[in-house]
Amino acid sequence: MATYGANQLRNGLKILLDGAPCSIVETEFVKPGKGQAFTRIRYKNLRTGRVVERTFKSVESVEAADVVETDMQFLYRDGDDWNFMDPVTYEQVAATAAAVGEAASWLKDEEICSVTLFNSEPILVTPPNFVNLEITETDPGVKGDTSSGGQKPATLETGAVVRVPLFVQIGEVIKIDTRSGEYVSRAKD
Amino acid sequence: MSTSRGPRTDWRPNASLEAAKARAQLLASVRDFFRERQVLEVETPLLGAAPVTDVHLDSFATTYSGPGETDGLPYYLSTSPELAMKRLLAADFGPIFQICKAFRNGESGRSHNPEFTILEWYRPGWDHHTLMDEVGELVSAVLASPKPDRVTYAEAFVATGIDAHDPDEDVLAAALAQWRLPAAETTAEATQALFARVVEPTLGSKRPTFVYDFPVDQAAMARLRTGERPIAERFELYFRGQELANGFCELCDADEQRRRFEADVEERERRGLPAVQPDQRFLAALTAGLPACSGVALGIDRLLMLALGSDDIGQTLTFPFSRA
Repeated sequence: MATYGANQLRNGLKILLDGAPCSIVETEFVKPGKGQAFTRIRYKNLRTGRVVERTFKSVESVEAADVVETDMQFLYRDGDDWNFMDPVTYEQVAATAAAVGEAASWLKDEEICSVTLFNSEPILVTPPNFVNLEITETDPGVKGDTSSGGQKPATLETGAVVRVPLFVQIGEVIKIDTRSGEYVSRAKD
Repeated sequence: MSTSRGPRTDWRPNASLEAAKARAQLLASVRDFFRERQVLEVETPLLGAAPVTDVHLDSFATTYSGPGETDGLPYYLSTSPELAMKRLLAADFGPIFQICKAFRNGESGRSHNPEFTILEWYRPGWDHHTLMDEVGELVSAVLASPKPDRVTYAEAFVATGIDAHDPDEDVLAAALAQWRLPAAETTAEATQALFARVVEPTLGSKRPTFVYDFPVDQAAMARLRTGERPIAERFELYFRGQELANGFCELCDADEQRRRFEADVEERERRGLPAVQPDQRFLAALTAGLPACSGVALGIDRLLMLALGSDDIGQTLTFPFSRA
């Protein structure tokens, strides 16, 4: 079992806290002039996404978490299983809907995603920052209608619904920023 | 971060030329301030024969060998000029100040560099309240900041809902857990951890704030005021989340000082820390007689951080530790 001393903690390090895999997002050395030294960290629980703060004495140690982030190709969905493949080793893993989370809105077959593995099990799927998806349903936009702020809802091939400008129509492929879930532009090609 | 280690050939300074000029200006202002008040600037050794006894401080150790000492003699980089300056006070040097480097092993972060600059001064015949007035005048002059506030430690600690001077052990332990702080070995450590986590962030957001009259188990080298509720005549200054200064109405009682040193030595042994011998020359000076006085240490680099509006000590240093 690998451990880190509190003095070795740094941003990005993956640690096991209360049985949960966590990623450190901030570290701070705290030392009152006449008091003992601490390492204060903010960490993200990789399962829940929650960011929490905790303080360790500089002499304490923390268990390392076997967490690997790797690029994988989305293959297909089979009920609750979302299947991904490592394009180098061809090894396949199945992620639960909970692990896929909001990425489900943006995943189409063959998309390359970042998959976080904890003890070889996928716990988090991060889609590319930008994806191109086809519009399967939207009302024909009426030019000059500004009552809706110049936007209308559109359903994408993945089932996700996004706001798009009035001029975009069914069958067009659009570029989405997956971090905000917002329309960026029509896809270039 | 100032702690990130660059390539070995990275020779450029960290501080901008503007920051270096601000430091030079700040040091000149401090010297003017004390010259006008007829406080004598002194120097004491950075390399001393006695290590610090404080349980939470760690001296850098080195070995002298040369004329007069061929076998090698242990020497330590000073963690504070306090004991040496008190020897000068015992020799009737009167009001004195010093600007020097201090060295503390293991302290590195956004507000800490293992080698840093201390301003320390002593005022014979003054109590800690009069000295707080002067610290306030210096800081306000340098930072153009408003006149400082004053709160007692107990008043500030009300934010935790706990009586700082008579805490219930179980309540302290529960508060540590609630704030996701590690379990503490002593009441003083629990109180300090809660103070740092809960109280400090609220102090001095608008104006510098003195916290004074500490729990007796955090007396360090402060005189105790006995009475119904004994307190330690110690103060700290906070501004914008930064601990800037620490001062005492100084303990002049050699026997009490010897007892505190012995307690440090025992606690060090219990924790498996390097054994240390208390500074006998300092104890001899105290026995000879230290005039009633107050003294304070102020972090020059942190003062400069505040002057520059920086939250990283590395930006105030030409070459921070990671690139020294």
